[in-house]
Amino acid sequence: MNPPAEAPRIGVFVCDCGFNILGVVDVPAVVKFAAALPGVVHAEEYKYMCSDPGQDLIKKAVQEHGLNRVVVASCSPTLHERTFRRVVSEAGINPFLFNMVNIREGVSWVTEDKVQATEKAESLIDAGVRRVTLQEPLEARSEPVNPNVLVIGGGIAGMHASLSLANANRGAKVHLVERQPSIGGNMARFDKTFPTLDCASCILTPKMTEVKIHPNIRLHSYSEVVSVDGYVGNFDVTIEHKPRYINEDLCIGCLKCIEACVFKDARFPNEFDLGLAKRKPIYIPFPQAVPTKVLIDPHDCLYLRLGTCKKTCIDACEKDAIDLEQKPDRVSLKVGTIVVATGFKPFDARRKPQYGYGVLPNVYTALEMERFLSPTGPTEGVPLLQDGRKPETVGIIHCVGSRDKNTNEYCSKVCCMYSLKLAHLIKERTGAEVYNFYIDMRTPGKGYEEFYERLLSEGLKVIRGRVAEVTKAALTRAEKDHLIIRAEDTLAGFVRRIPVDMVVLAVGLEPQSDTQELRRMLNLSCGHEGFLQELHPKLAPVSTATDGIFIAGACQGPKDIPETVAQAGAAASEALSLIHRGVVEIQPYTAVVNEELCSGCKVCIGMCPYDAIGYDEEKRVVHVTEVKCKGCGVCAAACPTGAMDQQHFRKELVMAEIAGVI
Amino acid sequence: MAVVMEPPKEAQEAWEPRIVAFFCNWCTYAASDLAGISRVKYAPNMRIVRVMCSGRIDPSFVLEAFRDGADGVLIGGCNPGDCHYKEGNYKTMRRAMLLSQMLQDLGIEKERFRLDWICASCARELQTTVNHMTADLKRLGPLNWKGV
Ligand SMILES: Cc1cc2nc3c(=O)[nH]c(=O)nc-3n(C[C@H](O)[C@H](O)[C@H](O)COP(=O)(O)OP(=O)(O)OC[C@H]3O[C@@H](n4cnc5c(N)ncnc54)[C@H](O)[C@@H]3O)c2cc1C
Ligand code: SF4
Ligand code: SF4
Repeated sequence: MNPPAEAPRIGVFVCDCGFNILGVVDVPAVVKFAAALPGVVHAEEYKYMCSDPGQDLIKKAVQEHGLNRVVVASCSPTLHERTFRRVVSEAGINPFLFNMVNIREGVSWVTEDKVQATEKAESLIDAGVRRVTLQEPLEARSEPVNPNVLVIGGGIAGMHASLSLANANRGAKVHLVERQPSIGGNMARFDKTFPTLDCASCILTPKMTEVKIHPNIRLHSYSEVVSVDGYVGNFDVTIEHKPRYINEDLCIGCLKCIEACVFKDARFPNEFDLGLAKRKPIYIPFPQAVPTKVLIDPHDCLYLRLGTCKKTCIDACEKDAIDLEQKPDRVSLKVGTIVVATGFKPFDARRKPQYGYGVLPNVYTALEMERFLSPTGPTEGVPLLQDGRKPETVGIIHCVGSRDKNTNEYCSKVCCMYSLKLAHLIKERTGAEVYNFYIDMRTPGKGYEEFYERLLSEGLKVIRGRVAEVTKAALTRAEKDHLIIRAEDTLAGFVRRIPVDMVVLAVGLEPQSDTQELRRMLNLSCGHEGFLQELHPKLAPVSTATDGIFIAGACQGPKDIPETVAQAGAAASEALSLIHRGVVEIQPYTAVVNEELCSGCKVCIGMCPYDAIGYDEEKRVVHVTEVKCKGCGVCAAACPTGAMDQQHFRKELVMAEIAGVI
Repeated sequence: MAVVMEPPKEAQEAWEPRIVAFFCNWCTYAASDLAGISRVKYAPNMRIVRVMCSGRIDPSFVLEAFRDGADGVLIGGCNPGDCHYKEGNYKTMRRAMLLSQMLQDLGIEKERFRLDWICASCARELQTTVNHMTADLKRLGPLNWKGV
């Protein structure tokens, strides 16, 4: 690398960040320290460097002091490196002659001792100044953004994001991938939604249909994303369509085949109804399913399982849509951005054996209760006991699997509210007395506390205390033939036993079980609870560490429908802003070869995960294909002669930084 | 009355070990950002040098850090299988194993060179790592390595 053409004239700008940095780091002392470093001709302090006046101050100083290199010591480069690179470039300096030193996330927010914090800030600035002295001007490469978008997950989040994108993004395609046979997600299972008690299918069904018929949306139902490669603006995606054994283009959803199936009775558990209702091998998951196409479960179908059947379904189908030989098929697409909206998994109530789920009769999860309450559900909207009677008393246990050291410590956020909703609906449909057992009643949200008040005035019984167990062991005659809920009433101060006919467990929201695989495929990270991690909890709540991939809905953490929809809109708008900008900047952190030093040993070629290094037989040296290089620097670390290096992370830059921090 | 002479307090506390940390941009540097955002405090002895991938870390960087006066060197990368660049961290792992042995042959104690996989949401793990390493180094004392 050539020595810098002109002598360095470095400006150092130290940010107070209000009291965020100033409160811990002695900023005036740091400025004095910086001013005395070799090459530094100007150093100053400002309240908020990233603000407009802060940015102007940098530009003015560049003019006044003839600066040719700039260091800003403030927050993390993850947050504002782009901002300041733009500022220096507007001031006429190549943006790669800029260096950002992290003294907030890296110093003031993580250090208690003020003296040590100041010393740490100084040594980092020393390193930053040494590094910037040796940095070279570079050009970021720009590449076009493919306007197509991939949306993974067709719950309310994925559908809302798809529609927002499709409505704005004329001509380009939104590929919505849903792994179930129908879109709709968990919301499709509900009868009513809190706090307004509006009918879920009345708001959901039209949206589902709109997704299906929208000219800019291609729905891949009953499909999975099997691979994602590439980077922001240019992702290569492979989707696998699982066989429905029905030609989707021909099936008109008349359902005559279901009628005709050799199985006269529905006898296989219907997944959509959580096994509470039965279906045939050939079925439609629920009446409003979108797409309204049947499918055959190969585990249940006689022909697909055993190879012999009269195949009466085929005869019944006027459209010749049934194809029992169908195989999975894969499609490859190119998209520029991805929205992940894969939702949640309900907590498995068997993990709390003291509540008797799966063992005692008439103990159900809240999601099962949603199905009982649905007019299209197993009991057509009226929850019934196993013997067919209406329950006279029902107990709803809040926080099952949530706020619990043994399962999940976090609050699942929606359970108090949906438990109140269920209480209201159960009362309305059966006239039963309903008891809600809660730890704290959490009702923050517009109209939520009012909903709680309304239920109290309707005569809901609430008991504060964690339930110890649900048992059939009756102690009194009144308890006989009942389920007894034993709980300490923390307000009354004694243990209560409430006999009920039916128990509903308000199970919490958990990450989908395959979140880890999904995260690996997309290069995302997860928080401790296993939900997908946003880039910044406040400022970038739907962005991720991987540019061009956004998250929305319950896959990011427990949330209700209004919040989910808001996030879905935000994710769509983030994707659109990239699409409308049209180009993405690719950082020029690529590998470069010094041909004079290259011995042609080819060690680097085997190192590169992207096949970006080739060998020039004539010159007997390697060369790097810039567009393939992703800039990891693995090759540079492996090169025995020092011929291979990485732009902006050159060996001498790292060495200068090391010398600076010590 | 007998005058009890205590060593001056500053002398006792003056020496603070210095750790040079090479963190990959995607996981461990992100964890350090998260530690900041969550105000997770840790020992002030670590100085981070950010690289895009832990696979960029040339063994000569580590040697240079020790030669320049570091008492410890920490490498932080993504968990195996999670590398942003497919598999850079496996290369780091192999290199670090060789390097660790070599450093020990040169008389640099094992605890002075660490490789840890610290994921983007692992702010607490980062805190533990830095605090433990600082404590280990305080026990070992200054290195004052002059190089090979
Ligand atoms: C019992 C209960 C009652 C509730 N009642 C209410 C209420 O009344 N009001 C309210 O506001 N909120 C309520 N909620 C919360 C509500 O369910 C969520 O806010 C909402 O479902 C979140 O939507 P989503 O699209 O993020 O996730 P989901 O509804 O979980 O949808 C995710 C979709 O993604 C699909 N998917 C997952 N992984 C993949 C993959 N890898 N590839 C392709 N597709 C995939 C799934 O099959 C699913 O269709 C309730 C929750 C529960 C448990
Ligand atoms: S092949 Fe037989 S079992 Fe299978 S769906 Fe058709 S009729 Fe039913
Ligand atoms: S920096 Fe990484 S991606 Fe680029 S050529 Fe080297 S090994 Fe390949």
